[in-house]
Amino acid sequence: MTRARRPQRILAVASSGGHWVQLSRLKPAFEGHDVAYLTTEPGHRREVGSARFYSVPDANRNAKGKLALATAKLVWIVLRERPDVVVSTGAAPGYLALRVAKLVRARTVWVDSVANVEELSMSGRLASTKADLCLTQWPHLAEGRVAYEGAVL
Amino acid sequence: MIFVTVGTQLAFDRLIRAVDEWAARSGEVEVFAQIGPGAYRPRHLEYSDFIAPDECRERMAAADAIVAHAGMGTIIGALELGKPVLVMPRRADLGEHRNDHQLATADRFSTFGGVQVAADEHALQARLDAFGARADQAPIGPYASDRLLGALSAFING
Repeated sequence: MTRARRPQRILAVASSGGHWVQLSRLKPAFEGHDVAYLTTEPGHRREVGSARFYSVPDANRNAKGKLALATAKLVWIVLRERPDVVVSTGAAPGYLALRVAKLVRARTVWVDSVANVEELSMSGRLASTKADLCLTQWPHLAEGRVAYEGAVL
Repeated sequence: MIFVTVGTQLAFDRLIRAVDEWAARSGEVEVFAQIGPGAYRPRHLEYSDFIAPDECRERMAAADAIVAHAGMGTIIGALELGKPVLVMPRRADLGEHRNDHQLATADRFSTFGGVQVAADEHALQARLDAFGARADQAPIGPYASDRLLGALSAFING
């Protein structure tokens, strides 16, 4: 790992399930930095040791009230954390965090899920125009602003 | 023991029903299923709608084999634990997911040792007969490739 000039405040964001499992496999890249985690399942708290941990409800497009509440909470967390860097492995909450991160001038990384073999996810396609670094985990999907730099496996 | 999981977000009754029917026939094998928000209630196996992440990990570690939808959480989890995993992809035309990405995912991961793919419920039941007897695999390491970690680290340290 390259050494940091100074520790960065990192906000690492992923929905529960496969996105969270993939984010967890990136932990060595966060070493030496000040990391906070944001996910959709409070039960993941004990997996992050002493790092700061936040969860928001896993709302989908069908539940508008819940979605508004989850969005508001997520925006508040990102603004309060004031990260230097936001890293997300998806899905929708990660994309939202990445957009809000730009308001506090954070640098942003999107790592599209390894599940997306044939095309980038919808969130990934949106993120590819906004993230400072957008990575696919499949070499054949690297194009334009979307780069391939290996996979979580 | 066989641990079955369909993840927490979407129902996958076709998978649960197939395993339930198989469990009724085979009789001997102990099966626990996490069935998600499905309508189908299994009659021949122990089940729960949702389980906490800790319990899911514990049940995966204790299982002889894992049967699941082709979700990355389960596939990577099984590879990390070195457990044989049999996956059946969700199909969008049956309302099981928003799109058919699990078909492509399952296809790619079928080249990993320890991951088997059943295209449909008939293939799943046929595979299940021999599946529980499979030996554990060598687990994969806990972290992403050095290349990916290096690229991220370089970006973070900017």
